[in-house]
Amino acid sequence: MTRAATAITVATTALLVFAAPAFACGGLVGENGTIQLTRTTTLAAYHDGVEHYVTSFEFSGQGQQVGSIVPLPGIPTSVERGGDWTLQRLEREVAPPIRTEFATKAAASNASDAVVILQTKIDALEITVLKGGGTEVGKWATDHGFLLTPDAPEVLDYYSRRSQIFMAARFDATAAAERGQNAGDGTPIHLTIPLDRPWVPLRILALGRDRDSIVQADVFMLTDRKPQLLTGDRGLQLARSEPASTQLLDDLRADKGMEWVPQQEWLSYLKIDTPAGLLTHDLAASVNPLQPPSRVDAGIASSNSFLNTLTSAPSRTWFGPAAIVAVIAIAMLGFQYAWTRRRHPFA
Amino acid sequence: MSRMRRLVPVALVALVFGAILAGGHALAGPSHSQSNPVGPGDATVTITIEHSHFSPNQVNVRPGTTVRFVIVNRDPIGHEFIVGDAEVHRRHEAGTEAVHPPRPGEVSIAAETTAETTFAFPGGSADTVVYACHLPGHLRYGMAGEVDIVPT
Repeated sequence: MTRAATAITVATTALLVFAAPAFACGGLVGENGTIQLTRTTTLAAYHDGVEHYVTSFEFSGQGQQVGSIVPLPGIPTSVERGGDWTLQRLEREVAPPIRTEFATKAAASNASDAVVILQTKIDALEITVLKGGGTEVGKWATDHGFLLTPDAPEVLDYYSRRSQIFMAARFDATAAAERGQNAGDGTPIHLTIPLDRPWVPLRILALGRDRDSIVQADVFMLTDRKPQLLTGDRGLQLARSEPASTQLLDDLRADKGMEWVPQQEWLSYLKIDTPAGLLTHDLAASVNPLQPPSRVDAGIASSNSFLNTLTSAPSRTWFGPAAIVAVIAIAMLGFQYAWTRRRHPFA
Repeated sequence: MSRMRRLVPVALVALVFGAILAGGHALAGPSHSQSNPVGPGDATVTITIEHSHFSPNQVNVRPGTTVRFVIVNRDPIGHEFIVGDAEVHRRHEAGTEAVHPPRPGEVSIAAETTAETTFAFPGGSADTVVYACHLPGHLRYGMAGEVDIVPT
């Protein structure tokens, strides 16, 4: 889809990936560290060709440093601290609230081939946005003390074929302790990314995991209109598809950096519950009725691959009005039947 | 005793591949076999590592061949190449040696580099010797192959 086409759709898309507590980490694990990122939360908000990407990292355990890597669909123009409740508020919309607290620039270069686009530090997180192929980014990561899991070379290559932009986040446990951060605290990161069309990296959730271990994650989307969705995996379920409530949008808009949230949005809620070995694709979305989601964005290479278009589940908001209409209709029929019987007892 | 010797490689293969399967990973990489046996005498076999898999992952040698393994690591991460009997693999799978000094049949290969090691395969009857990478999680991911000693 071109930028012009994007403008026609006047799309506003918000994508949220919320990994369940069982989710270990988004990508890289610090060598010999006992710390693990226990949860990675990501929001990508798409409006007028700009994606607002918010992700949050939480950690547990003890150790010095741990890292994570997130493939990005484009080059961010800014990286800053995210809002305080956006991610939790979206989660609360579909599930009981989980108590979670959520909590600028340097420049460096190195000898590897990956290009450092920007670096910044937010709380105890050192953020580096890189441009490069899978090998270059992997080399950069290993050169900077990250320990890549054995599946990382293939996964990094998989993503770099679509976008050679990655965000590496290093969590400094010592710095966190000095700041008074505790295990379970999170740090939200907000990236602004000019982009022609949004997609959600899902395969990265399986990085470093055994094929049989279950990946459980929640994916929230906010769009100007009901989106078309596409993935190559079976383990995704569209659990909710409905207009976002005014209260939800008001709450999101009140958070820092979330002023962009429009007055009306469509909420989609997808649940991921699948073995890591079967989570091998990403999620593509389109809000243009004339433009189907891109196979390329979903990471589907073969034309013979399985396509999961994630047919919308019955909207929850339909149930109430539909039930009321059904009850009224039945009552009217009953009333008419009784009225007819009274007027024509032998009918 | 000869029966015992025949059982050792079988047990070794079962051990290694059992560990792979128990870890949830089948040999996910493409299967590449070097069908023509090399040897006897001195021979060179080049093995490429890409996406944490050996290629070829099956090599045939004649009994009594001394193979110079040239390992080309195309990955951005380090790997190791360990060839030997069950005891060797057991030791390395539980070991803590981050980098292996040059020993026959054992070599560490840094990211995007090439390394060599030489291993002498015994003469005599058919046998199977496994090669693998024992860095954390790598064997479970499928970084293993086998050398079949094929009598003439």
